[in-house]
Amino acid sequence: MTILLRAIFAAILLFSSLHQAGADEAELRTIIAKFASVKKFTDTQSVINELAQSADAAAVPALKALADGELNILKSDGTVVITRKEGDGFVYSDPLSGETLGTAGKSDFRKVKIKNSIRRSIGGLLSSLTLGSTDPTVRLQAAEALFSKADPDALAQLDAAIADETSGDVRERMLQARAATVLAGDNDPEAKLQAIAVVSGRGDRKALAVLNAFAANENAELVAARQAAIDRVNDALASWQAVQNIWYGLSLGSVLLLAAIGLAITFGVMGVINMAHGEMVMLGAYTTFVVQEIIRTGYPGMFDYSLAIALPLAFLVAGAVGFALERGLIRHLYGRPLETLLATWGVSLILQQAVRSIFGPTNREVGNPSWMSGAYEVGGLVITANRLWIVVFCLVVFVTLLFVLKRTRFGLQMRAVTQNRAMASSMGIRTPMVDALTFALGSGIAGIAGVALSQIDNVSPNLGQGYIIDSFMVVVFGGVGNLWGTLVGAFTLGVANKFLEPYAGAVLAKILMLVFIILFIQRRPRGLFALRGRAVET
Amino acid sequence: MTDFRKSAFAAVLGMALSSSALVPMAIAADDTIKVGVLHSLSGTMAISETTLKDAMLMLIDEQNKKGGLLGKKLEAVVVDPASDWPLFAEKARELISTNEVSAVFGCWTSVSRKSVLPVFQELNSVLFYPVQYEGEESQRNVFYTGAAPNQQAIPAVDYLLKEESVKRWVLAGTDYVYPRTTNKILEAYLKSKGVADEDIMINYTPFGHSDWQTIVADIKNFGSAGKKTAVVSTINGDANVPFYKELANQGIEASDIPVVAFSVGEEELAGLDTGPLVGHLAAWNYFQSVEADANAKFIETWKARVGEKRVTNDPMEAHYIGFNMWVKAVEKAGTTESDAVIDALVGVEVPNLTGGTSVMLKNHHITKPVLIGEIQSDGQFEVVFETEGLVPGDAWSDFLPESKPLVADWTDPVNCGNYNTETKSCGGAAIQ
Repeated sequence: MTILLRAIFAAILLFSSLHQAGADEAELRTIIAKFASVKKFTDTQSVINELAQSADAAAVPALKALADGELNILKSDGTVVITRKEGDGFVYSDPLSGETLGTAGKSDFRKVKIKNSIRRSIGGLLSSLTLGSTDPTVRLQAAEALFSKADPDALAQLDAAIADETSGDVRERMLQARAATVLAGDNDPEAKLQAIAVVSGRGDRKALAVLNAFAANENAELVAARQAAIDRVNDALASWQAVQNIWYGLSLGSVLLLAAIGLAITFGVMGVINMAHGEMVMLGAYTTFVVQEIIRTGYPGMFDYSLAIALPLAFLVAGAVGFALERGLIRHLYGRPLETLLATWGVSLILQQAVRSIFGPTNREVGNPSWMSGAYEVGGLVITANRLWIVVFCLVVFVTLLFVLKRTRFGLQMRAVTQNRAMASSMGIRTPMVDALTFALGSGIAGIAGVALSQIDNVSPNLGQGYIIDSFMVVVFGGVGNLWGTLVGAFTLGVANKFLEPYAGAVLAKILMLVFIILFIQRRPRGLFALRGRAVET
Repeated sequence: MTDFRKSAFAAVLGMALSSSALVPMAIAADDTIKVGVLHSLSGTMAISETTLKDAMLMLIDEQNKKGGLLGKKLEAVVVDPASDWPLFAEKARELISTNEVSAVFGCWTSVSRKSVLPVFQELNSVLFYPVQYEGEESQRNVFYTGAAPNQQAIPAVDYLLKEESVKRWVLAGTDYVYPRTTNKILEAYLKSKGVADEDIMINYTPFGHSDWQTIVADIKNFGSAGKKTAVVSTINGDANVPFYKELANQGIEASDIPVVAFSVGEEELAGLDTGPLVGHLAAWNYFQSVEADANAKFIETWKARVGEKRVTNDPMEAHYIGFNMWVKAVEKAGTTESDAVIDALVGVEVPNLTGGTSVMLKNHHITKPVLIGEIQSDGQFEVVFETEGLVPGDAWSDFLPESKPLVADWTDPVNCGNYNTETKSCGGAAIQ
């Protein structure tokens, strides 16, 4: 029985909605068809205004397509269509019914051009059209957009939407949007006072923007309330500011740590001044590029896994280059730091130019997988996904490396060789091989760092150069030969830098950091965590 | 062992040196006219300058296909100054004295241009400089085919003032001469338009800055004062990709806080997913997407030569214009001798790639259209604004008190790069 009732109900609903759409469709269709004849941006704007007048949610797909640059005109007959890229061509469909009409190449279409001001008005229109959507997240977005827009004309619509709203969260947002709208419009002071309280309750930057934009019109009570609200929001933001600086510092520190951790092995443990360290990072980044390029052309569905595939490959590529470098060059120069420095610097130039010859001098595009794009908001703190994952990743790498050094046979041999080469040798350890593998390990980790850094920086032949100074700085500051020192050093420098930056500016902050490190090394030549014992004395 | 070490050391050092001192590619021959190409093919600036070398080689080849110049074939002499400013001067000297080139096309950064200026003056040769720059300069031996501030920065700010009603301004730049001078001019200009001190935020970052979190958060903060805010970016080269990535990740959309850039072109966007950046702006005198017959032909020749995926950009067009002007001037003078060519160049008209005709002015700058483009998801720009007619390049900005009375005029009777119209004498102070 209930099923039958439901079916009847659904049928009535369907019929009535079809009927309604049928009545307006012809009219909408003629408005949308006008996009084909627009010449100037003002023409486009007036067509959008007409769509706004009709206030018909059926125009939403066409408007969305227009905002995304997917609303096109078929050159052959001037039909307005929505296009979607598929393979090398484009599938085009009707803007109202969504029915697929055919496929064509890029040159068969002419795009309906828009600019920022039009994009904004589409955004505003879309939010008022989707305020009655069945999807709560769409309604939430619409309310959020209306909050920033604060259009006095939207008040009645918001009131209606608030009355119908069932979800608490969405309702709250709508009330805030309503308050912002009240502030923007011509309303009595009492309503405005309440609105100020609602808006300031959000306590974020958007609320601040709305409050700042609100002109209190010499009503003393309102002026005072507005100022108090602004101060309140500012206070709340100031305390978040400190948290935010710490987060930015940790994030910068994680990048420093990633870049330096390989060097902590080659320079810290082995004592090789490896100026080509940055280029190992670059090789890792380029490996990521190659992997993504293969995935883009052959297996587009695998894109989200590209970094997981690139990681071991980058380790192997950079590790192999490091191994070859140690066997071919560096082992002949042990004990001659100056010559090692010059030779590895030469190698770094050769590697850069080789990459430039193979891949070209321009930046290469390395995409962010979907799970590394966007940001999370925690209170007043914005945490971008790629930075968050890099912090996690650098800690994982650090712990893994620590485990390899402290808990594996190879790590034991490595420590034995660096602490007392002669003794280790006489115990039957093949010291030259351990040297080569240690250097390869350090280089391989630099390669892994390159995978992570490709997500936030340019992938160009110069990638490594930007990190080499910072890496040495971190290792020297943290204490040569001590992994924990590198960890603490990287995060200390990162956080200190980020606390200085807002006051001193990026340029001065960097200089101050260098001055600080120079002074620090004067006081403690062996860095933060100096190694002690006989091995060091010799 | 010692021998090996020495030889290995020497080999490495040799390679390091040779990578920064490529042997000139051409062999001397008397029946050719030599053209010098002075662009970095290695080092940090290779990313931008290599393309210009390719463009020059293409232009020279095309000219040779048309029968060369004055009945002789053109021959390119390519040297690599390796992004090393003093080396630019050395290489320029080598091109002019040893290779005896008739003209040089080259340089990108202002500091490299400043470093070669005395060489061109001393040896009396001709340099074509193809990049947008800070102005405040005009030399007899140099022809500036890139934009002066009034052909790029000022119109861009005007667009934002008028079309977007921007009230608050962030001037963000890399810390060197071009952004500093441009921002100085812009600040003076904005104040003359009634923008208050507290509505202008100026921010400088080091070369290759990669951690933009704080600065982008500051911009967001600055933008929450309830007034429409825009960012004017003179951020250079490598630092742009992380800057735009951070903008996208922190969710700053072009419709809220638009960023208008003066150093970001098609080439720079090639390393980026531009999806989240749609709507951010750039001001140039040329975009690859401009629909004009000359442009379509140029792009076709370029892609056929270097590959389907490569893009064209504004400094390439500047070289296109500069090279064609030089060819015309040499034909007019009937010789490649510097003094005659320098005199012949003023007043030369050649078609540009956007469908107009550019003229070489008395101050050695050219007329150009100013285009404002919005970034599209395919990494190209779409023109949303274009000046009516061409804008003549102004060597000395009218918005700085110290350069306001100065004009450059390399024709008789003035014949001076910094003529002071108040004191009626040659030799005004250049700001630095």
